[in-house]
Amino acid sequence: MATLHVLIVDDEPGIRSGVCRILSNFTVGYAFMDEDFDFNLIEAGTGEEAVEILSKQQVDVVLLDNKLPGMDGIEVLETIKKQDYDLAVVMITSYASLDLAVKATKNGAFNFMPKPFTPNELRASIENVAKHLYLKRMTRKMQIEGKQIRFQFLSVLSHELKSPINAVEGYLKMMQERQLGDKIEDYDKMVERSLIRLRGMRNLIMDMLDLTKIESGKKERKLRDIELGTIAQTAMDTMEPYSIQKNVKMTLQKSGNTYLLADADEMEIVFNNLISNAVKYNKDNGKVDVAIVDQGSSIKITVTDTGIGMSPDDMEKIFQDFVRIKNSKTKEITGTGLGLSIAKKMVEQHNGTITVSSIPDEGTTFEVTLPRN
Amino acid sequence: MMSKENKLIFIVDDDSDYLFQIETMVKNMGFEVKTAESQAQAEKMLESMKPDLCIFDLMMENEDSGFILSYKAKKKYPNMPIIMATAATADTGYSFDLYGEDNKGWIKADVYLEKGLRADQLHREINKLLKL
Repeated sequence: MATLHVLIVDDEPGIRSGVCRILSNFTVGYAFMDEDFDFNLIEAGTGEEAVEILSKQQVDVVLLDNKLPGMDGIEVLETIKKQDYDLAVVMITSYASLDLAVKATKNGAFNFMPKPFTPNELRASIENVAKHLYLKRMTRKMQIEGKQIRFQFLSVLSHELKSPINAVEGYLKMMQERQLGDKIEDYDKMVERSLIRLRGMRNLIMDMLDLTKIESGKKERKLRDIELGTIAQTAMDTMEPYSIQKNVKMTLQKSGNTYLLADADEMEIVFNNLISNAVKYNKDNGKVDVAIVDQGSSIKITVTDTGIGMSPDDMEKIFQDFVRIKNSKTKEITGTGLGLSIAKKMVEQHNGTITVSSIPDEGTTFEVTLPRN
Repeated sequence: MMSKENKLIFIVDDDSDYLFQIETMVKNMGFEVKTAESQAQAEKMLESMKPDLCIFDLMMENEDSGFILSYKAKKKYPNMPIIMATAATADTGYSFDLYGEDNKGWIKADVYLEKGLRADQLHREINKLLKL
């Protein structure tokens, strides 16, 4: 239960106690709010008192009468606007002229409630305000979070790009200074490492382009009936050279109707990423089993490997941008850390789900469920 | 004054190419060098050795691996100078929560250097910290 602080500003004590009574047992809740609101009532008999209270404590809603001795409601409103308090104002007034309404609205009043009002009218108005406040605050929170997330992403990205640049530059400098002598073949390893790091950068840039296209919604989606088995097979064929190197056996099993209305590029990305990981993180002489199963209203794709597996901690992180599991077993494995993040986004574009289960040293299974629409 | 040859520099970075390059560079300066490729490995090694100076990469298996390592190393050896090497420029604005101006005291590194430093620049910084 969250509490909203309501300040009732009215020179008539009867009004104030009435409002307190009506709102004291009142709670507001909506499906999209994770907790209900109840109300804490604060009273002020004059505009000056109200301004004083507002300067000292957090208030969320102000019920403001215009007719007050001394400072009137509009002036209180102006003060609130000047101080930029995070709250909503409902003007309650027995004399509501158009002129007053315009002035109040210009100064940021959220709503009007003419006196006399019934308890139900008050409750309805408060419900409205509570919902508005909740949405306004959630939006602001998400905007701040969005900025933080973007900043964090860019920081990590700049690190991911600078590292290979520094590495290649370092090797070239060592060659320039002939640090290993005058024989060019002594520099073979450095040249090879440099080429590997450059390849990594290129992959990273291509993944980034995919990601930005997805995020900006600019990737045109072409939906047609696709036989997922063909896409899986193409991905497996692409990984064949690598799988031969490690002697990893790949199998594909289909059951039922494996046609799906989907975007072919997206499905290709999903299969490529999952199957590539299954081979890369596999043990020598291991297996990769791909299964596409018709489940009626959805299709289930599973990719199982007999690879090095991962811990529950790792599983929590792997769908995040740039996360790659780094330990002694994965040292030689290359990757950008974006593959699963992109695959997950593709799956979600299709309103599907992707999950992972794994046992360290035994293997990992990725399960993708795609609804038919 | 102790001769250079006795000084042990501990370098930690998860980029194996960069680590190799810095190790070579610092060895050419005449120092003894030990290396580690992760925060976890470094923590383990620090249990049984006392370097004269450390160079830690900021981002390894955690975004703030370098900070954490620095904190733990300083707790164990308060007078051991630590250089934080970073490819992410500058300490301000990198992380918005914990490492702002008010918490700067928490960050226990002596010097921040951007990666890609020339050998003579790095040598000068090391000598300054080791008072050579």
